[in-house]
Amino acid sequence: MYRYDERDRTLVRERVRQFRHQTERYLAGELTDDQFRPLRLQNGLYIQRVAPMLRISVPYGLLSSAQLRRLAHIARNYDKGYAHFTTRQNVQFNWPRLEEVPDIRAELAEVEMHAIQTSGNCVRNITTDEFAGVAVDEIEDPRPWCELVRQWATFHPEFAFLPRKFKIAISGSASDRAAIAIHDIGLQLHRNAAGELGFRVLVGGGLGRTPMLGEPIREWLEPRHLRTYLDAILRLYNRYGRRDNKHKARIKILVKAWGAEEFARRVEAEWAHLKDGPGTVADAEIANVRRFFTDPAYDAEPAAATEVEIARLAEAERAFARWLERNVRPHRMPGYAAVVLSLKPIGVPPGDVTDAQLEAIADLAERYAFGEVRVTHHQNLVLADVRRSALHGLWRELRALGFATPTIGTLGDIICCPGGDFCSLANAKSIPIAEAIQREFDDLDYLYDLGDLSLNISGCMNACGHHHVGNIGILGVDKKGEEFYQIQVGGAAGSDAALGEVLGPSFYAPQVPRVIARILETYVDQRHDGETFLETYRRIGIEPFKESVYAKAA
Amino acid sequence: MPRLLKNRAFVADRWTRVAGDGDRRDADGPLLLPLGRWREQRTGLLALPPERLGIWLSGEEEPDAIGADVACFGCIAIHFPGFMDGRGFSCGRLLRERHGYRGELRASGDIIPDQLHYLWRCGFDAFELPDSVSLETALRCLDAFSTAYQTDARPAA
Ligand code: SF4
Repeated sequence: MYRYDERDRTLVRERVRQFRHQTERYLAGELTDDQFRPLRLQNGLYIQRVAPMLRISVPYGLLSSAQLRRLAHIARNYDKGYAHFTTRQNVQFNWPRLEEVPDIRAELAEVEMHAIQTSGNCVRNITTDEFAGVAVDEIEDPRPWCELVRQWATFHPEFAFLPRKFKIAISGSASDRAAIAIHDIGLQLHRNAAGELGFRVLVGGGLGRTPMLGEPIREWLEPRHLRTYLDAILRLYNRYGRRDNKHKARIKILVKAWGAEEFARRVEAEWAHLKDGPGTVADAEIANVRRFFTDPAYDAEPAAATEVEIARLAEAERAFARWLERNVRPHRMPGYAAVVLSLKPIGVPPGDVTDAQLEAIADLAERYAFGEVRVTHHQNLVLADVRRSALHGLWRELRALGFATPTIGTLGDIICCPGGDFCSLANAKSIPIAEAIQREFDDLDYLYDLGDLSLNISGCMNACGHHHVGNIGILGVDKKGEEFYQIQVGGAAGSDAALGEVLGPSFYAPQVPRVIARILETYVDQRHDGETFLETYRRIGIEPFKESVYAKAA
Repeated sequence: MPRLLKNRAFVADRWTRVAGDGDRRDADGPLLLPLGRWREQRTGLLALPPERLGIWLSGEEEPDAIGADVACFGCIAIHFPGFMDGRGFSCGRLLRERHGYRGELRASGDIIPDQLHYLWRCGFDAFELPDSVSLETALRCLDAFSTAYQTDARPAA
């Protein structure tokens, strides 16, 4: 994992000092509300419905045990005893006291953490695949590039006052687990015909009011040109992105207005001036970053005996077998596995963890996974390097802690934004909807029979819950002060990304679980052998779903 | 009245800004002309030495429009219509890095002191600030960071 050098430390320290100065001037009346707002947002501080919210950056989702313990300490001493993991792999505290925020920042800085650029019209945290470095289908480890882009984006002098927020995701595997198509820029590492590594560059993806998937503007970009190419894209966006209407200000609107081809042409023209300039990535520079992402000291012997034992235990304990099936992922090193910790037990808001749980996870990470944890954009956690021989022991501990809910990738693994319970922008509550659905469909045999199925919920058009790209998506809408839910089907977030289609008129909260039941029944009735929900939808279209929902739910 | 921060001090502004193309003033003092006026009278104006000839650009005007002529100007001002409008940051870099402009590069309009450091890194070396901003605040903001991750267009301090 990346460790700060003197420059990183200096910058974070200077940032803490800068924001303290800004806050003092604001309180002294030297900065107006309007002037202070972007400054506090670029430091992760929101003023929310019930309390301030502080969003802390977790660069590309990586956390050490020491950092987890510090988050636990902050949750306990500065918040109400819990933290929330977001769909952008960050952490949020929903109840800090404004006057204590500077102390929280100082606590974070001690463990090389901060809240820099977690909000505001700037380049946000870079996100990636939670299985980076261990995935069996990995082409190249994206983490060194994530770190390089993190540095490039942090305090970039030209791009701190963009028309709107800007999100970048990087994937290094054949199958995209970073949802790069729904980011302002999506970067896919792959090899060209000559076998050389490069980036496919997508631009203009994003959800919200006008959801769009990113369009490819360059099939192959030599990695050393990454920064200058990004500079070219961002400069065009900074110069020509719309600033007259905040709902039309994302880069996707510019890409759409110009057309992807013209956009690509203009990027190339701008880049021609920057290419091979001082922003070019030197070999030594990427080599220096790469040395932070080398393999841990793997020493497990892949043993046939271990597999026999796992099979025996799975045979004996159904719950262990289920967990192996859904929550354990293959690892490129024989003898190892990656384990997903579910933060979706029924009755807990998706992504929420208590201080004690954070500490327990820190301990588990130390004992089982080289002291490192990853945050996923599905709001779960991953221990990426677990010895297969230790899986059963780990499972028992996870079960005791409540992290072994064996529903990863199923309907039970709902992505859900904080919604109306916390967020001041919400049109409707989202957490109670997630809970109602989890309760309605708590039969594991049924969930397993349904197989891979994503259900995403957002409390408003801003789409923090990625509802457009859920196989089933739920959006909270407000009609004359009443909360309603619009339902869509057919979305997908991975390599086959697609936006869902709206089913029809929206529903009251109590109707939602029954509507979902109809949708699922339609799938089960119509599916061919082995077809996933998405495959069935793609074959039969939306009509059969509409018919069953509106014929019967009326 | 804004004050001009330059070389780490508030200094007297020797340039007079000609607000729009309608303003036909012909003072002998050094003028910051709007782009339209420059285009219209370019041939005649080329006779002026750079100490007397300046120009200002709005956020949407292209630095390319004066790219070939930058050496003629003693001062170029980029006008920020609102401090959240970051287009001028790119204009500054384009003038310095693409067009090789070496004279005074001024940020005018609605800027806040908290932007000085980034403006400086984008090539600006003169800043119009409201009267209410103290020199101490301005310098603290200018010096916010002592190091950086990116290459930039900072003028010699
Ligand atoms: S989707 Fe809307 S309600 Fe949910 S967190 Fe985002 S802004 Fe808030």
